Amino acid sequence: MFDLTGKCALVTGASGGIGGAIAKALHDAGATVGLSGTRVEPLEALAAELGERAHVLPCNLSDAEAVDALPKLAIAAMGGLDILVNNAGITRDQIFMRMSDDEWQSVLDVNLTSAMRLCRGVMRPMMKARWGRIINISSIVGATGNPGQVNYAAAKAGMVGMTKSIAYEVASRGITANAVAPGFIATAMTEKLTDDQKEKINAQIPAARMGTPEEIAAAVLYLASPEAGYVTGTTLHVNGGMAML
Amino acid sequence: MSDIADRVKKIVVEHLGVEEDKVTENASFIDDLGADSLDTVELVMAFEEEFGIEIPDDAAETIQTFGDAVKFISQAS
Repeated sequence: MFDLTGKCALVTGASGGIGGAIAKALHDAGATVGLSGTRVEPLEALAAELGERAHVLPCNLSDAEAVDALPKLAIAAMGGLDILVNNAGITRDQIFMRMSDDEWQSVLDVNLTSAMRLCRGVMRPMMKARWGRIINISSIVGATGNPGQVNYAAAKAGMVGMTKSIAYEVASRGITANAVAPGFIATAMTEKLTDDQKEKINAQIPAARMGTPEEIAAAVLYLASPEAGYVTGTTLHVNGGMAML
Repeated sequence: MSDIADRVKKIVVEHLGVEEDKVTENASFIDDLGADSLDTVELVMAFEEEFGIEIPDDAAETIQTFGDAVKFISQAS
């Protein structure tokens, strides 16, 4: 349905469940994809699975210099950069009273500051091309808050404000910036939960199940498509009705 | 008029869609030629490409008029 032939997309956190599904969806739609992440092995496995038009671009997102260099590396590898998906994220959960500066800062650095650096890095090529798609993966938690995740929720809410402001600045240049806010998604992380825990979570979700990485990827694919050219500054909530925002 | 000034003027005329005779020495991109702040960034990008030079952000901020641009580029290239 959505055709991204000839477009080049950089996806961070591509070694994870959601990031991998996003990369696959964009690749299936014809895009060349740059797979970024810290763990090289899963990235190479994904690149091998995708075959042509897939490039492995390892990057430690807590290293500011490496992050600033990533867009240029991506352009060198792929020949362009039309779509940026800031998907990478870490959690360091802690009850707020005990949250250390380091727990706060590392989550802000990786989840928000690195996304800002990458957005800044892709501005120039996108402005020149008069076309661009920025898709920041936020979280339901950024809108609702979550106990134990003061740092994560702040970073994810920060992403939404950042996305909207970028959207304002560059809308006239054919560049859109949007966020996708997943609810509970079944990934390696949620597989560790007990059946009892899963039941409790599902009871809070009107759809009565967790989402799949593919359902997040489908939202990203839409926002990346030419068809979504008039959609900018929005947050697409994909959460089975868990929070109707 | 120098070759550099001609080339700068061509970029400004094309990018901002203004009449050539409006692009005078002291014409301010923003106040006189209708540029917004993003236009000025794009003008600098276009100058960099046309003349094969790099204009750092702090220098870019000083380029506010057509004359400023010609002067800066003449010195840089």
